[in-house]
Amino acid sequence: MLNALLHVIRRDLLLAFRRRTDVMGTLVFFCIVGALFPLGVGPEPELLRTLAPGTLWVAALLASTLALQRLFGADHADGTLEQLLLSPEPLALIVAGKVVAHWLISGLPLVLLTPLLALQFGLDADATVALALSLLIGTPALSLVGAIGAALTLDVRGGGVLVALLVLPLSAPVLIFGAGVAVAETGSTLADANLLLLCGLLAAAAALAPWATASALRISLE
Amino acid sequence: MAALQVHQLACGRGDRQLFSDLNFELQDGEALWLKGRNGSGKTSLLRVLCGLGRPLLGEVRWNGAPIERLREDYHRQLIYCGHAAAVKDDLLAWENVAMSSTLSGIACSRRQALDALDSVGLSAQATRPARALSQGQRRRVALARLAVEPLPPLLLLDEPFVALDQPAVHTLCGTLNRHLADGGILVYTTHQAQALQARRLEQFDLDQLVAC
Repeated sequence: MLNALLHVIRRDLLLAFRRRTDVMGTLVFFCIVGALFPLGVGPEPELLRTLAPGTLWVAALLASTLALQRLFGADHADGTLEQLLLSPEPLALIVAGKVVAHWLISGLPLVLLTPLLALQFGLDADATVALALSLLIGTPALSLVGAIGAALTLDVRGGGVLVALLVLPLSAPVLIFGAGVAVAETGSTLADANLLLLCGLLAAAAALAPWATASALRISLE
Repeated sequence: MAALQVHQLACGRGDRQLFSDLNFELQDGEALWLKGRNGSGKTSLLRVLCGLGRPLLGEVRWNGAPIERLREDYHRQLIYCGHAAAVKDDLLAWENVAMSSTLSGIACSRRQALDALDSVGLSAQATRPARALSQGQRRRVALARLAVEPLPPLLLLDEPFVALDQPAVHTLCGTLNRHLADGGILVYTTHQAQALQARRLEQFDLDQLVAC
């Protein structure tokens, strides 16, 4: 079973490596949103420091949503998704593998880029670490929740907009607690509470989302 | 002994019923050729047989158990080749064979994938990306999965001969005949009559089962 999980992850990473422009699109989008925001609100350092966590979290949420169409779309178009549904391994396990690969491709790079964008907002080291940590825990939850929306809107015309309309409201708790970790003073009770709640959301999403996504895929392909 | 049983099956597409009251049983070494005009429900029936689609009425059983209950255990028993080739443009031909076989539960090394491609006459294209192949060659890459041993007992093939040249059709018929001789079961759709040697070759014309 573990072999099947690793096989799906390896396969999707290889496909992403062969089609790097798709991956770069998400990262460039994240960087552009992060870079444009200070230009819009002005150069006031205190204001930028206050806005940074929320801004970068929203940018990460939008970039993550943008990448969701790729999660099952290409496999659906070339018929590979049917073969995945007919695999002798549990579909939820295959979905989990695809979500892990999707996060490694489109979520983890956002976390790695965060310190660079944090510099632009004038965040200190502690705040940058807190923000990166919150994204490290929050972006997998976004991928898991997004997978349900991507599966439900697989065969729907205008699915790109619909997936955003479905996923963005569902992602609100992740955004609230994720930004909360970065906004609260490092080491404070509030920061710890937000961090624990974010971990709880990730655990709940990891436990439930693969099953829900598997069911949604079966319904979409019927 | 394996057996595929279909009982009182009715299928539909959208709000239209395609056919109803379909009953048959296939056992080791037997084949079913599904015939019918475009839109008569051949693909829908194959999708129901493999568990991708849901029938309006009736049920499909594998060795007496409903396939909805068996799910992954049933998937281990079959290979389904649909209309879409399920070939990834960005993967090399051999990678496509190895990955699709492994995903369907048949571990496939690079050597085995290369041998499978050789058996369908694609050894020269094995290390090319699938996007550089013609439609017929892509179809052959998809069907090379059938050359990776061990094959599961049930093959469900939707228009397997489409886009293939005569030598490829001949090779595929050889593969399917070997499968049937080894006790496998085959359900396929095609508009071209092929010389398949099964213990019993049943034919269904879905046009004759059109629901009123």
